[in-house]
Amino acid sequence: MTRLRVAFAGPHVTVQDKGRFGMMRFGVPESGPMDRKAFAIALAALGHAADAVAIEVSLGGLTLECLEGAATFAVVGGGFIVQTGARRSGSWQIETLHAGERLVIRPGPWGSWTYLAFAGALQVARWLGSAATHGPSGLGGGRLIAGQEFEIQDTGIVVAAARPLPCPVWARPRSVVQAVLGPQDRFFAANSLEDFATRPFYLTDAYDRMGVRLRGPSLMPVGALSIPSEPILRGSVQVAGDGLATVMLADHGTTGGYPKIATVISDDLDGFAQLRPKDAVRFKLITPEDAVALTRRGARALDRYLGQFPGGSR
Amino acid sequence: MPLFRPVADHAMLVQFATTISDAAHAEVLALDQALAAAPFAGFREAIPAFVNILVDFDPTVTDHAAVEAYLRGLAGQAFQALRPTPREVPVCYEGAPDLEEVARQTGLSPDAVIAAHLSGDYKVFLYGFAPGYAYMGGLPDALRLDRKSSPVRGVPAGRVIIAGSQCLITTLSMPTGWWIIGRTPTKVLTGDAARPFLFDVGDHIRLRRITLAECEALE
Repeated sequence: MTRLRVAFAGPHVTVQDKGRFGMMRFGVPESGPMDRKAFAIALAALGHAADAVAIEVSLGGLTLECLEGAATFAVVGGGFIVQTGARRSGSWQIETLHAGERLVIRPGPWGSWTYLAFAGALQVARWLGSAATHGPSGLGGGRLIAGQEFEIQDTGIVVAAARPLPCPVWARPRSVVQAVLGPQDRFFAANSLEDFATRPFYLTDAYDRMGVRLRGPSLMPVGALSIPSEPILRGSVQVAGDGLATVMLADHGTTGGYPKIATVISDDLDGFAQLRPKDAVRFKLITPEDAVALTRRGARALDRYLGQFPGGSR
Repeated sequence: MPLFRPVADHAMLVQFATTISDAAHAEVLALDQALAAAPFAGFREAIPAFVNILVDFDPTVTDHAAVEAYLRGLAGQAFQALRPTPREVPVCYEGAPDLEEVARQTGLSPDAVIAAHLSGDYKVFLYGFAPGYAYMGGLPDALRLDRKSSPVRGVPAGRVIIAGSQCLITTLSMPTGWWIIGRTPTKVLTGDAARPFLFDVGDHIRLRRITLAECEALE
């Protein structure tokens, strides 16, 4: 058994599994990782099944102390700085932490989220059958808090040597994201639709697991103040009465009465989530048919990457 | 026929109307139940709302055209929604922080506010905002108020709150701009893994008045 203590955890550092599915009808979003591809790679690199658990580390960073035992781990996603005892590396790395050593993960040159997976079974709480943390309530595996300790069982499965993992080009931040118009584009004037599709927007500091508010041209909705609450998805670009757009992310509310001008395709959301506040983003409108084709292509690329690991799959 | 609006690469919004009505919601419920009884390959989940239902699918298995064709077939079969399950929710009005203000704004006495609230025939239209927040339509017209100008933080679970034509029971400590007029021992998040949410969308709900002592005994 390996025992770890949280020496420091920034805000929005949470336990996640791939998500809590099928409950949006009850007001429960999927949650799960902000960058689902990086999360899948972190698990597969250690031979885990796709439904295993990892820790999502935000720009706030994380410091763990190994109190007992040893733990092989993978850090995947973004360009973060990883210090293991005296050894310094980056994310996209497999390493081993020994008793008495500290693991420090902090932001590096790029990216907003990275994933820390351990060989062995992380002992965490579950809610509604999933360890994914629902940020607003803290239910599920939960937020990491300084002083907290946790255990890893079955640490016998340790990968022999430290080794880097290649960072594929599609794991980089995406400054042009593809979106399908609607479903409430009818509440926007032609010039707002054109601004949305052609002008740059910028991520603001109002960025958490629920979504990110954008700065950019005002997209004032017309006559939409009284629309009945409608379902919202991850990727919905919702425009409030003040004309400001918010892209809804992993812990989004499931319904809302503001119109959605467009919806970002699922394949581009991982790269979008790796942008940082103040980064620019442009939206490229595509057809639903192209959106399906692109997501299938993205899924094949991820499958090929995961195929290098024994038993690796989505 | 409803309108079909493709959403991103993985969903279809099926829109029956643009304004809230029992008729539109009945069509939403009928399609929801038909889909639950006969899901298609790649179906992930459906989210019923007031006038439309969002159908989420796996884009590596199917696509918008196939899903639309399937849903048109289901919608054309004129399904009758199942009979809704009647449910009863006990409510305690003693010590509710906004009862006096609701009485002042509606021009009713606090007892008349309680009587009106108890008289409503409520129906769960949808869940939203936060886990287990079931929006119950059917609040009597006499109690319709706009929400507060700013939300109150940390309203605990088990509070009965109203705004517009809706009533709901809080399930978590969350901020809300709705008016807190009662408290209930009923838990919409049941903690029961076999049935984690008490209500299905479409359920009918009657309220029953209880005393503070009864409420505390049941909590």
